[in-house]
Amino acid sequence: MLRTLWVWIGIPLIMIGIASAIVIYSVNNPPDTIVARMLTYERIFRVIREHMGLLLVSMIGATIVGVAGGIMLSRPSLYRIGRVMETLVNIGQTVPSLAVLALFYTILGLGFRVAVFALFLYSILPILRNTFAGIDGVEHSIIEAARGMGMRPLRVLTKIELPIAFPIIVAGLRTAIVINVGAATLATFIGGGGLGDLIVTGLSVHRDMIIVNGAVIAAITAILLDYLIGKAEERVVRWS
Amino acid sequence: MIKLEGLTKVFKGHNIPAVKDLNLEVNEGDVCVLVGPSGCGKTTTMKMINRLYEPTGGKIYIRDEDVLQMDPIKLRLDIGYVIQEIGLFPHMTIYENIATVPNEKQWPKDQVKEKVDNVMSLVGLDPDVFKNRYPSALSGGQRQRVGVARAMVSDPSIMLMDEPFGAVDPITRARLQNEFLRIQERMDKTIVFVTHDIDEAIKMSDTIAVMKEGQLVQHATPSDLLSAPADEFVSNLVGRNRSIKRLHLIRISEILEDVDRAPAIKDDTKEEEVKKRLDESDLRTVIVVDRDNKLKGVVGVNDLKRKTGEVAGDYYQEVSDTVTDDATLNDALSVMLEIGEGYVAVVNEDEKYQGTITLGDLLNVVREES
Ligand SMILES: Nc1ncnc2c1ncn2[C@@H]1O[C@H](COP(=O)(O)OP(=O)(O)O)[C@@H](O)[C@H]1O
Ligand SMILES: [Mg+2]
Repeated sequence: MLRTLWVWIGIPLIMIGIASAIVIYSVNNPPDTIVARMLTYERIFRVIREHMGLLLVSMIGATIVGVAGGIMLSRPSLYRIGRVMETLVNIGQTVPSLAVLALFYTILGLGFRVAVFALFLYSILPILRNTFAGIDGVEHSIIEAARGMGMRPLRVLTKIELPIAFPIIVAGLRTAIVINVGAATLATFIGGGGLGDLIVTGLSVHRDMIIVNGAVIAAITAILLDYLIGKAEERVVRWS
Repeated sequence: MIKLEGLTKVFKGHNIPAVKDLNLEVNEGDVCVLVGPSGCGKTTTMKMINRLYEPTGGKIYIRDEDVLQMDPIKLRLDIGYVIQEIGLFPHMTIYENIATVPNEKQWPKDQVKEKVDNVMSLVGLDPDVFKNRYPSALSGGQRQRVGVARAMVSDPSIMLMDEPFGAVDPITRARLQNEFLRIQERMDKTIVFVTHDIDEAIKMSDTIAVMKEGQLVQHATPSDLLSAPADEFVSNLVGRNRSIKRLHLIRISEILEDVDRAPAIKDDTKEEEVKKRLDESDLRTVIVVDRDNKLKGVVGVNDLKRKTGEVAGDYYQEVSDTVTDDATLNDALSVMLEIGEGYVAVVNEDEKYQGTITLGDLLNVVREES
């Protein structure tokens, strides 16, 4: 009981506490008027809200499309295409996020929606790849045992393949979130807002304190989400 | 009950058939063992019966019904299937694994629970201990028990068992085989059983179908197979020591009553009496049992010299292994070799002492049979 409280409330509160302490200290002790003007609670809350918006919308989309795509590609009729896609996705993953944003800027222009779309596409990759690899990795004998005992294909998928692949799918989700939080700091370049606003502003006025605030909040968001999903998975998966 | 007619399977991209023109009939309540070297098509034959593989030629009938015209899902739900690789579901508890078919058949929950508990006890897994464990926490032998339990939980009249006791050590295998034979005696299912081990085939079968390179070489009772192998392939398979192989065909209980040996002594027998009995014994040991005839151990001449005491209970040593009376003579031989003694104590299911079998007894049987 005490352990559960600590894991679910204690550790997250400590992480949020560290970020809050840095923010509160910075806002209340600005070294000069430029920082005082640029680093306000109002502005910080706004960029956090924007950042979470980018993250949430793009991740929900990427999870749905990535998992559905991974399942489809793992079906026998599409399996060959799946293997090719897996390779393409691995190559796609090596394209820097800045390049992806730049590409979308030239095609679709500026704004929150374009940023969300770019993040969405970028986050699909690890989810799709891990869903496919997770299902593909289920031992053939296990599937054959299930079929041999009279399970229909859809039951084999939902009762056997997906649950066994689940930890690998979740690992893909965690990778996607960490990448997404980082890449979303670049959204500001195409007018998407987010924590990148603070960092870019800090860079342009040469004030490290503003940069640090943006970077710390982004880093702690990524660590916290990754941690919470990992813990949630441990609770669900009891068999390995 | 099961009839295969000209059954043939050519895998895509292969030019040699994996199974070729196979004709085989299995009678109701019989165990038919498919035996042959690895790659001869045993698994393929079995997977065609429950239509995991579609035959490229020939017919399969179950109770005169054409299997190839049946709904494969319905067909599989009514055939117990033990896959060669065991194939337990790693993310499900033992309970959930065994409940697979009842759940697919949508039985009511309390009925599923009752059946799973029953079948777990039947295969020697205490439900209270193992129900909530995951397969990764089980030994090889326990996993194979789960595999068998999972196949028979819904009481199918037909079972397909692909090397069900393949992945365990010889002693555990013998135990699983004996337990299974005991169960089969009561259940009387029609079973197609695959093995590459001729000894297992002789022991488990009512009839043996020997396969070679996808074709049936001989289908006969084990006794006929031993006395009249159809060709050189079969006689090589059964080996030269055929009379020893017959030890697989005889159960200990069948010879135990003819063995004339002094009875065991109770643990409260006085030292003088123990000495007298030791002198009379041809084994220079006597078996000690308690008041309920449960086996306690064995007293040898040296035990009397080494230890002090007044009654047999003070002297005996525990025996390292025993056999049950439904085991075969070959099992008895394995245990003797394992424990390094010329005799082995026989107990029944309740650990009650039944008698003692010696190497000499086995030799007599071999001599008589050949
Ligand atoms: N799914 C498959 N695809 C292609 N070839 C197979 C497949 N399954 C088995 N075979 C081939 O068929 C032959 C018989 O295999 P199998 O029935 O598994 O033999 P056994 O069970 O007697 O060891 C082997 O040569 C094997 O390589
Ligand atoms: Mg096989």
